[in-house]
Amino acid sequence: MSMIEVKNLKKSFGDHVVLKNITESIEKGEKIVVIGPSGSGKSTFLRCINRLEEPTDGHIYIDGEDICDKKCNINHVREKMGMVFQQFNLFPHLTVLENITLAPLNVKKQNKDSAKRRAMELLKTVGLEEKADAYPGQLSGGQQQRIAIARALAMDPEIMLFDEPTSALDPEMVGEVLDVMKKLADEGMTMVVVTHEMGFAREIASRVFFMDEGIVYEQGTPSEIFDTPQNPRTKSFLSKIL
Amino acid sequence: MQFFQPMLDGLYATFIYDDRWVLFVRGLGYTLLISLFAVLFGLILGILAALGRLSKSKILNWIAGLYIDVIRGTPTMVQVLIFYFVILAGARSIPAWFVGVIAFSINSGAYIAEIVRGGILSINKGQTEAGRSLGLTQAQTMRLIIMPQTLKNILPALVNEFIVLIKETAVIGMINNIDLLGAAKKVQTLTYDFLWPLLSCAIIYYVVIKIFSLLLSRLEKRLRASDDRR
Repeated sequence: MSMIEVKNLKKSFGDHVVLKNITESIEKGEKIVVIGPSGSGKSTFLRCINRLEEPTDGHIYIDGEDICDKKCNINHVREKMGMVFQQFNLFPHLTVLENITLAPLNVKKQNKDSAKRRAMELLKTVGLEEKADAYPGQLSGGQQQRIAIARALAMDPEIMLFDEPTSALDPEMVGEVLDVMKKLADEGMTMVVVTHEMGFAREIASRVFFMDEGIVYEQGTPSEIFDTPQNPRTKSFLSKIL
Repeated sequence: MQFFQPMLDGLYATFIYDDRWVLFVRGLGYTLLISLFAVLFGLILGILAALGRLSKSKILNWIAGLYIDVIRGTPTMVQVLIFYFVILAGARSIPAWFVGVIAFSINSGAYIAEIVRGGILSINKGQTEAGRSLGLTQAQTMRLIIMPQTLKNILPALVNEFIVLIKETAVIGMINNIDLLGAAKKVQTLTYDFLWPLLSCAIIYYVVIKIFSLLLSRLEKRLRASDDRR
């Protein structure tokens, strides 16, 4: 059974069709990097996987459970999926520690001590132990994004979704966030990453999806996509950005 | 001394003679009592109405909309009179101050609802998405993430509304002179003097509202601890 199985996924906003017909399956431990021009539907695809966008048609199975089914408890499925946003979306009224422990305390009903212990471990992993009592507004973009990753990891997810995690960062902070993501990839996390960081894609991806006009035009290993792209659209996109 | 004599006489007649200060203290007590409960229930009602206006349910939306529309479209004084002489006419055992609490809560709630709704809408959508993506329910996201930020942001507007409310409780005099202004009116009829009872009443209102706004601005500063704006 695949970790994520997408069948005939379609999504439109009114008359505007964003995702035309996507069928893909992603195995446990795979790292999928989704690339493509803006407006190609990459983010919408990612956001459909945890139903932040309601799919218009089709099915998405997470660990065998159809999240498009009306009877599906989406909150329960989301516990298994962490998401990291372009704009970080930390909770500005809570300290770093409170940001990380909020969901474990309220969703998993963990006790305070163990939630805090886990949060401190995660802060250590992302290299920000000393910021536990700071507020998000006092941190740099790169630090905020590392906290956001720690916050998602606090729920011990099986899948991590990244929606252009470095696009809102100053260039000198991109590296620190990518390093955390690489570490995560090495630990065997199942990851779906929408990004424009081609170097990162080449380094960690098990497969690269090239999306355009709402479909996955081409997919393959990083070297297949980057070195010997078959589709003219892929070629023209890559020639513009590499 | 000659100059201050009329003032001293006036204050003596207003407060000291016949222990008239007791009237003022009792009146202030009722004003504070009504205000306190009306602020509290008005806030609760306002939050509920705002959530109703923002909810996907057409019925809740309609009820909340109608409530806000009707209350904002009619004078407070008329509402208080309707509550006392029409809706609660059969329940004369209910004391006037309690009728005041009900009427002023309902009145204030309609205004607070729109303040709260604006506040909720001003919070970035990403906050909700972050909460939901972590597995929090809609209600938990509202309670733990959206509401705390909303209340902090709308506090200045709420304080404004509360101040209006405290002063507006003087309308209770239309059904019973139990409040602070009522005390001034009672003393007026005893002394045939308008100046000192009314001036004293105004000063007491001013001091109460000053203390109230100082306390809340201190609260606001505390809540702002998490950001750089002051």
